[in-house]
Amino acid sequence: MRWRLVLPIVIVFALIVLLGYGLTRRPDILPSAFIDKPAPAFDLPTLASDRDRITVDDLKGRVTLVNVWASWCVACRAEHELITAVSRRTGVPVVGLNYKDTEADALRWLGRYGNPFAVVAFDPSGATGIDWGVSAVPETFVVDAQGIIRYKVVGPITREEMNASLIPKLEQLKAKGS
Amino acid sequence: MIPEIGHFALILALGLATLQTVLPMYGIWRSRSDCLAVAAPAAIGQFVMMGIAFVALGFAFYANDFSVAYVAANSNTQLPWFYRLSAIWGAHEGSLLLWMMLLAGWSLAVALASRTLPRDVASCVLAVMGAVSVGFLLFTLFTSNPFERQFPAPMEGRDLNPLLQDPGLVVHPPMLYMGYVGFAVAFAFAITALITGRVDSAWTRWTRPWTTAAWMFLTIGVTLGSWWAYKELGWGGWWFWDPVENASFMPWLVGTALIHSLAVTEKRGIFKSWTVLLAITAFALSLLGTFLVRSGVLISVHAFATDPTRGIYILTFFAVVVGGSLLLYALRAAQFEAGREPVAALSREGLLLLNNIFLVVAAAGVLLGTLYPILADSLGMGRISVGPPYFNKVFIPLTVPLVVLIGAAAVMAWKRTRADVLRSRLWVPLIVSIVAGVALPLFTVGTTAVAAVAGCVLGCWAIVTAFEDILRRSRGRRVMLPRNVVGMALAHAGVGIFVIGVSLVSGFGGEHDVRLAPGQSTEMVGYEFTFLGTRHVDGPNFVAEIGDFIVREDGRQIAELFPSKRRYNAGGQSMTEAGIDVGITRDIYVSLGEPLSGDAWSVRIYHRPFVRWIWAGGFISALGGLIALTDKRYRRRRATADKPVATDRGLTTASA
Repeated sequence: MRWRLVLPIVIVFALIVLLGYGLTRRPDILPSAFIDKPAPAFDLPTLASDRDRITVDDLKGRVTLVNVWASWCVACRAEHELITAVSRRTGVPVVGLNYKDTEADALRWLGRYGNPFAVVAFDPSGATGIDWGVSAVPETFVVDAQGIIRYKVVGPITREEMNASLIPKLEQLKAKGS
Repeated sequence: MIPEIGHFALILALGLATLQTVLPMYGIWRSRSDCLAVAAPAAIGQFVMMGIAFVALGFAFYANDFSVAYVAANSNTQLPWFYRLSAIWGAHEGSLLLWMMLLAGWSLAVALASRTLPRDVASCVLAVMGAVSVGFLLFTLFTSNPFERQFPAPMEGRDLNPLLQDPGLVVHPPMLYMGYVGFAVAFAFAITALITGRVDSAWTRWTRPWTTAAWMFLTIGVTLGSWWAYKELGWGGWWFWDPVENASFMPWLVGTALIHSLAVTEKRGIFKSWTVLLAITAFALSLLGTFLVRSGVLISVHAFATDPTRGIYILTFFAVVVGGSLLLYALRAAQFEAGREPVAALSREGLLLLNNIFLVVAAAGVLLGTLYPILADSLGMGRISVGPPYFNKVFIPLTVPLVVLIGAAAVMAWKRTRADVLRSRLWVPLIVSIVAGVALPLFTVGTTAVAAVAGCVLGCWAIVTAFEDILRRSRGRRVMLPRNVVGMALAHAGVGIFVIGVSLVSGFGGEHDVRLAPGQSTEMVGYEFTFLGTRHVDGPNFVAEIGDFIVREDGRQIAELFPSKRRYNAGGQSMTEAGIDVGITRDIYVSLGEPLSGDAWSVRIYHRPFVRWIWAGGFISALGGLIALTDKRYRRRRATADKPVATDRGLTTASA
């Protein structure tokens, strides 16, 4: 057996190990540069709310969930009931960040599917979304009482993810804060 | 009922594919001809079953049977019927069904055409293809069943991804998959060679047309993909070095190397183990492409389904198929290495060796760039992505010498070519290409920039040398040139046309973002664009704002363009449809951005010189492949097909 003939299988073996390793890493849990950093500043008008504007300071004082959504986003509709469930089960208020949407569409969406948000920040240009590093809607951020981002989910939340990581994370932060 | 028939047909296809694999293998092991004889009928039966499954899914789409989960997820009653049918391969499960359907089609073709092959070879080839089919059928039935029902059935489907609602979907995936899957035939021949220990001229004469056919489909598929991205994504680009594009490009590069190396193996009886390795690699890269697209291991615009179970299955399958083949290769390929002769640098085989090196290194470069994000992640270097700058840096320096070599292809003789013959035949084409290569950019886009001129000279060189050969061979006589010679010339000219297109579109396209209110105009590279306003139109499953633009050159109207912004009813996604004025020397491309205050819109205008040449080059190359396929050598009967390679070698040695 000549080494030249064995070389291809060695390379392919290395490739398979590499790909196998790649598979164990969920590409949607990005080690975001935003984790453990203060939430980026914003000051936006709100939708369907009696207050005029919402700023990053309004997130402070208690644990909040920030959910980036849009009426044009199919996956947001899929996670809608889970967002509602998280809020109901943990008592954590959800701040919606309506991303690159129109006011009429967003209000119609909330009217049709129900409004799980304590308040919705309206970001039609997507500028705040960009500051927050949003790459795909939906994204969900856990912000603690000090206004620091502690956890992030890219893409729709699944029921497993909600039970296994999101709710424990929220409970843990709530316990620490009180 | 119909979906259950489809599901059942898939299960029967799995049974037949298993028979098609196991019995012939046993037959080869025990020299039992009755077992060998099972292969062809089983392949035919498998094709029929796959056909039934495919038609069943097509019917479920046509009849809007939303109790089938896959149909509900990818179709909608408002979707026009031709998109409903193309939606079969609009997502994961159906793409797999298409993959297997085409594999069964290729197996059928081998089964029907194999009468001139020795029975053990034909059966072994079919058995290997059957094994691949078994792997994919198991995968489909256990992780991705397209016939899965859901109750209660939704009233309406979720609709096909709007990006895919384009004529491109009707043709691009089938062509691409024909190419991917077609390399399974070359792969099966390579495995057969390793098992039987025979790589003779009959083997190469058999493997060549199948490889050329697969290559032709892949060329068409990749070219169509590029054209589709250009028109549908609304960025005016034609290639993005997206992982999924790379996944189709790597098998193309290796497949191209394989075609050339097969020519050497047929004519000279050398490079045997290398040819076998390339055949395995081309198919391995097709499988790798499937893995990358379907496992979600890489983030890409094409990869929708991310399901770790599927990824693990495909990776295991890849490990078994490719690892097994390469193990066989490591154990058995040494027997093909006897009697290696030195290869002269100035000879056709020397040239083709260089060609192979460049193509394989290019494929390796693309592979490295595609997998580097995973590599970096596993070495703890963080998550990064590799973009066009890397690929261009690696790829262009490898392409330039490759195209230079193309020019010498026709002139170079087997064994040895004298340098003075080369000089005497190449100086005229060289001068012609320099003149044409300087004139072309100067008179069309008005530039003498080095990159454009160099690219055009290079492109002209490939075209001119290709036709010099044709002219010289047929001068003064009305002879029918061998089809493979004409095919080669066309394929090489196609590369030249492609190179010219790339060099002129890359450096000299213009783009321009403007805000236009109705009645306003803007100018770019001598064209004046007037925006007349937008109107509202209801499509079959979308509503659209269509913009009206008039394009004038020197005050004369040359085109009217209607770019539109669509909003699909089912999912509410917006899509941009560009308005394109197609021309031989340039495209003008207008796309609507966002509505601004009043009736104004943000508008993006592109000028893309010679962009059509990119796809024209691809299609002409594919046409060259088609012509080479019809060469009459491939239709010879068995009597001559069995000529051993020893005779070939004896002849060439005698003539040297």
